[in-house]
Amino acid sequence: MHKFLIRSFVSSLVLLFTLTVAAVAKDVKAAFVYIGPTGDHGWTYQHDVGRKAVEAAGFKTTYVEGVPESADAERVLRQLANSGHDVIFTTSFGYMNPTNKVAKEFPNVKFEHATGYKREHPNVSTYAARFYEGRTILGTIAGTMTKSNIIGYVASFPIPEVIRGINSFTLAAQKVNPNIKTKIVWAFTWYDPGKEAEAAKALIDQGADVIAQHTDSTAIVQMAEKAGVYAFGQASDMDKFAPKAVLTSVENNWGPYYVDRVKAVANGTWSQKDTWHGIGDGMVVISDLDSQMPADLRSKVKKLQADLASGKVHSFTGPIYDQKGNLMVAEGKTADDGMLAGMMTYVKGVEGDIPK
Amino acid sequence: MIIDINFIGLIIASIMASAVPLILASCGELITERSGVLNLGVEGMMIIGAISGFALMTVTGSLIIAIIGAMLAGVLISTIFAFLTQTLITNHVATGLALTIFGIGISAMIGKNFVGIPGKEFPVLFEGLKDTIPLLGPILFGHSIVFYFAFALPFITSYFLKKTKIGLIVRAVGDSPESASNQGINVRLVRYACILYGGAMSGLAGAYLSMIYTPQWIENMTGGRGWIALALVVFSTWNPIKILIGAMIFGGLTIIQFHMQAIGVRIPVQFLTALPYIVTIIVLVVISRDSRKIRLSTPSSLGKSFHKDN
Repeated sequence: MHKFLIRSFVSSLVLLFTLTVAAVAKDVKAAFVYIGPTGDHGWTYQHDVGRKAVEAAGFKTTYVEGVPESADAERVLRQLANSGHDVIFTTSFGYMNPTNKVAKEFPNVKFEHATGYKREHPNVSTYAARFYEGRTILGTIAGTMTKSNIIGYVASFPIPEVIRGINSFTLAAQKVNPNIKTKIVWAFTWYDPGKEAEAAKALIDQGADVIAQHTDSTAIVQMAEKAGVYAFGQASDMDKFAPKAVLTSVENNWGPYYVDRVKAVANGTWSQKDTWHGIGDGMVVISDLDSQMPADLRSKVKKLQADLASGKVHSFTGPIYDQKGNLMVAEGKTADDGMLAGMMTYVKGVEGDIPK
Repeated sequence: MIIDINFIGLIIASIMASAVPLILASCGELITERSGVLNLGVEGMMIIGAISGFALMTVTGSLIIAIIGAMLAGVLISTIFAFLTQTLITNHVATGLALTIFGIGISAMIGKNFVGIPGKEFPVLFEGLKDTIPLLGPILFGHSIVFYFAFALPFITSYFLKKTKIGLIVRAVGDSPESASNQGINVRLVRYACILYGGAMSGLAGAYLSMIYTPQWIENMTGGRGWIALALVVFSTWNPIKILIGAMIFGGLTIIQFHMQAIGVRIPVQFLTALPYIVTIIVLVVISRDSRKIRLSTPSSLGKSFHKDN
């Protein structure tokens, strides 16, 4: 009887030890929360490409798509945190408060919130991309390639991210061509191919011969292709949708950051940080430059790209004036991150008012 | 900005192109409703048509197979609705809503493999004649076959309902299925046919979006157009010609508000965005004020299940 007890005691110790070892060396599991469907071929799609890179690096991942930015988000986050995920990426601005709230309840789970600024607990990090750097490149190309001097811009919602993009684009276009006009149409949608196409068509009918977009679908570049004008891809390389129209695309490249952070969790080196990466860190990628662009423009763009990456050139370099002529950034200065993050005024040269 | 006559022609042509899916789906639903069946699944049938058309085009490479396939897919999914509401006598409203949810879900599932694939160019007719007549050239020429079909459809539908015997039978079934049944009409058969026809037209409307209007597949790409089509049927008081007017106003205001923004008209953008919805409803209500005519054209037994004891 005693022998049996000792034996079972020893074996349970062995078992306990094995379990502990297994727990320590267990695979890191990452979860992703998406605002849209992975099939949007835009914002969510690119995050999912990033998730697949994490998977390819040997980690287990799960994702939940189409999660509303409401109390539902909290429920989803809590469930993911409860079901053994070590790091959770929440990939939309509206998840900011739910992320911080749930992070407080699960101090051992790491949270990574995209495009937000609240890091209320040590286990919450934030990250975003400097897409405006890409728009500096697009503006330079648009200003050079336009013949009508009218550039169309299909915008989504009046938030700093979008205003910043319009400003950065217009400043760059004006630099190479002071005569250009940027006409802006607000579609009030991130993605509705029909509406986006109609907005682009209206701009083209009014004489725009280069179309930029801050909405997600490929409808705009296709419309440009049909009408024989130029356009730029958004979020992913859209060249195959409109080979003649697309001059280049600005791609969102989340993969390297995601792999990095999940590895940090696995190694135990994860710590809170606020990341805002641009072209230099590879989070913003410029696709191949179309051969329809003159060779000197292409080399100019390549150089600009390198200078933006190295920090030699900043998208918002003074003097910059707002629409009323008030100085926003003084000569020789560049806009700081605080100003960029809250940018809600147009720079001089942009037509119209920001919808309120 | 110089407003020249061809510019107006271009705007009208884009308005007509944006009205096509609404006209197709509305005219289909109109026949369904005229037979006394309320099918709220238009959005679902449309999105099924969109993915089926796009998928078949990508896999087979044939536009004809894709268009016909999209219509058949609409028929297939509406058969589920017909079986439930006509054979199992379920509630029209609940079944229709379920159909929409089902359609959106299953299209997303099928569509997973078709995201990020460019569509094919759809051939247009009379492209060469576009520049021959000012103003009318871009309006009349250079469109797809589906476009021309859509603009003929309200007139065909109107003729069918008013002048043909089958049209009369459809209306009789929608007004008083009991009397129709007593006259020896197979109510269930007629309603099945009308539901399936509505499915085919919704499927075609979806295929127009994914194959011609914006040739690509992304989830939820119908963007609520099925619901607008449904509203058009009711606000037009079941009159196909008024559907045409309503669809043109709706498409027109959507496009004109973009033009107003681009010109720089200082009207709050949010108001402009809401304008198509408000004005379409107001106009249709105003042009359909005649209560006698409304009584005549409203299917009296709309949405009521018909249960024949036999």
